[in-house]
Amino acid sequence: MSFAWAKPYEPKAPIMRWLDERLPLPRLVYGAIGGGYPVPRNLNYWWNFGVLAGIFLVVQIVTGIVLAMWYYSSADGAFNSVEHIMRDVNAGWAIRYAHMNGASFFFIVTYIHIFRGLYYGSYKAPRELVWMLGLVIYLLMMATAFMGYVLPWGQMSYWGAQVITGFFSAFPLVGEPIRVWLLGGYAPDQAALTRFFSLHYLLPFVIAAVVILHIWALHIPGSNNPTGVDVKDEKDTLPFHPFYTAKDGWFAAGFVLLYALFVYFAPNYLGHPDNYIPANPLATPAHIVPEWYFWPFYAILRAFTVDFILPAKLWGVVAMFSSILLLFFLPWLDRSPVRSGSYRPIFKRFFWLLVADVFVLGWCGGAPATPFYVALSQLAAAYYFAHFLIILPLISKFETTLPLPDSISSSRLHGEKKEAAPVGAPAHSTTIAG
Amino acid sequence: MLLRSIKYLVGAAFAGVLLISFFVGVSNYLSSPPAPTAEEEFHKHPKHLALASDGPFGRFDRQQLQRGFQVYKEVCSACHSLSLVAFHDLEALGYSEAEVKAIANQWQTEVPSVNPETGEPATRKALSSDRFPAPYANEVAARAANNNALPPDLSLMTKARHDGGAYVYSLLTGFQPQPAELVKKFPSAKTPNGLHYNPYFANLNLAMPPPLTSEGQVTYAPGNPKPTVDQMAKDVSAFLVWTAEPKLEQRHATGIAVSIFLLFATILGYLAYQNIWRTEKSVVRETGVLDPKNQAKTARARGKAGITG
Repeated sequence: MSFAWAKPYEPKAPIMRWLDERLPLPRLVYGAIGGGYPVPRNLNYWWNFGVLAGIFLVVQIVTGIVLAMWYYSSADGAFNSVEHIMRDVNAGWAIRYAHMNGASFFFIVTYIHIFRGLYYGSYKAPRELVWMLGLVIYLLMMATAFMGYVLPWGQMSYWGAQVITGFFSAFPLVGEPIRVWLLGGYAPDQAALTRFFSLHYLLPFVIAAVVILHIWALHIPGSNNPTGVDVKDEKDTLPFHPFYTAKDGWFAAGFVLLYALFVYFAPNYLGHPDNYIPANPLATPAHIVPEWYFWPFYAILRAFTVDFILPAKLWGVVAMFSSILLLFFLPWLDRSPVRSGSYRPIFKRFFWLLVADVFVLGWCGGAPATPFYVALSQLAAAYYFAHFLIILPLISKFETTLPLPDSISSSRLHGEKKEAAPVGAPAHSTTIAG
Repeated sequence: MLLRSIKYLVGAAFAGVLLISFFVGVSNYLSSPPAPTAEEEFHKHPKHLALASDGPFGRFDRQQLQRGFQVYKEVCSACHSLSLVAFHDLEALGYSEAEVKAIANQWQTEVPSVNPETGEPATRKALSSDRFPAPYANEVAARAANNNALPPDLSLMTKARHDGGAYVYSLLTGFQPQPAELVKKFPSAKTPNGLHYNPYFANLNLAMPPPLTSEGQVTYAPGNPKPTVDQMAKDVSAFLVWTAEPKLEQRHATGIAVSIFLLFATILGYLAYQNIWRTEKSVVRETGVLDPKNQAKTARARGKAGITG
């Protein structure tokens, strides 16, 4: 699809020829993930996480469909139906733990995938839409995960639903009616549980559809690579199959092994004990915390403690939504023509600072709101916004980047004699301005 | 120009409000630091408890589970329900079908039912297929009998608290007189009448009186360890680990099989990967593909691998 030398599909067996003339589905697959998709030959292991995210989406859909055969979304029966799955359904415990931990692993691989994109500038032209569709997938994942966590109707399910739908009531005038409309009542109850179940079943298929768009948009320019330099000729690429299917294959098996260790030996490690207490609207848990993958955002939400022009709660909610929405503007916030962080010495330092910052935010978000954690999350959240909205635009203006290799093949040549001008910059200049 | 500076303004607004929040928070903290609480200073982490079911190879000690069940039956079940466990589940502890039937038949609480002739509410003896009947008819009755405290269901207790079994064990053996130091430092935190001091409980004071008080409170069958308070607490904690996770042994066994399978798959996959990339890797080892020396190397490697064209 992407390059002139991409091998066209040549059906060999008569049945495949017959099929190809009528419904060229094998041709589509061959061009998408087979020998017909040329991929830069220098991808490192950070490039394996996109395929892994796809694998975990499939794990979640398959285990979820089986769980839905036994689960009932009733405020009286949901908790006990989950325990029935755990105790009496054949291998129910395995399916349920696989689904629980599958959600966490889906987020782990997705976060690595996102940070890989951030480091190697995969959001930059011509891949802006790939990046934005990825963010849409991420937002859908968050909605799906939140609603899924409500379904067992434990204490954290209930109070998490209470807190998260409560975000909307921060907006003046329309907020409270929106909250009541979303929940189908004044507090989470039967109406909320049923609709969350319905949407939790629907959204993964929407995610699958957006994944197809994400891959489609990726295949137009082709994959980025660790040098960020464009593919120049056939020497720079290898066909996806068998080279990357083999590389993804063994790595996926190893990663699934790590996942299996959690499912079978520490299935509740990533969960919260309070969710084994049935929902009780009259007893508020001492510390309401969302699942770990929301902790950085929860920390941003709680970091606003002063009513400055707007109420603190509204600041928190707006900032929390903005912290993700601003990523949609990233291709235009970072205007440096050099994609890969490996050739951007200043960017690289701030990138790792951002990674540390997000870990600190996560740590604060999972901790009780004591003065220390709140103060730390305020500094970390301030850096988060400053990083994307102030530091990154300024770096891309003033940074002196390192010489880029001529091509992907010559980047493997250690003495890089010839320097390639970055896209859009004047030749023989390594200083990027404007 | 204006459009381009919006990002700086938005960034400065968020960061600025956060820094204002930070400085207001710090100055509030410095001007009136929060007073320490008794919970912060006197709450203890659970003691260590080693159980046979711990670790990836852990299996239940069935003798211990039977002793733990006996403690539940003779002590805990007076107030605490076990609503997710059925009598026939006890067969997993090593009881025979007949023994389970007898346990159900002789259970101290009967199962709510309906009089088949008059249709009026009645009770009947429990069957193996019944779940453990609750000691109280409803929450109001449970609170009325317990000084307005509700004894929680124990089925999932060891999964519903941090440190599960160790927490239950520590709580059962952790009752003690309130330290004089605590009362001196926090006079308002004195244990109220009707509550019991226990440093392993989150807010230090617990409605439940010490349930295990003396050695021999439960009589163990010959051949078992002495029923000290510590031993009984350990046994009932082990039993509650089982009630919360009855499939633990299957989980461990399946996990080991799955891990071995995946380990082999990973190794085989890695070898296949090495094999597939063999020629392509030798191209780029030292000086890049465009180098004539490397092209000769590629040709040699391809020849060796039997690849033509």
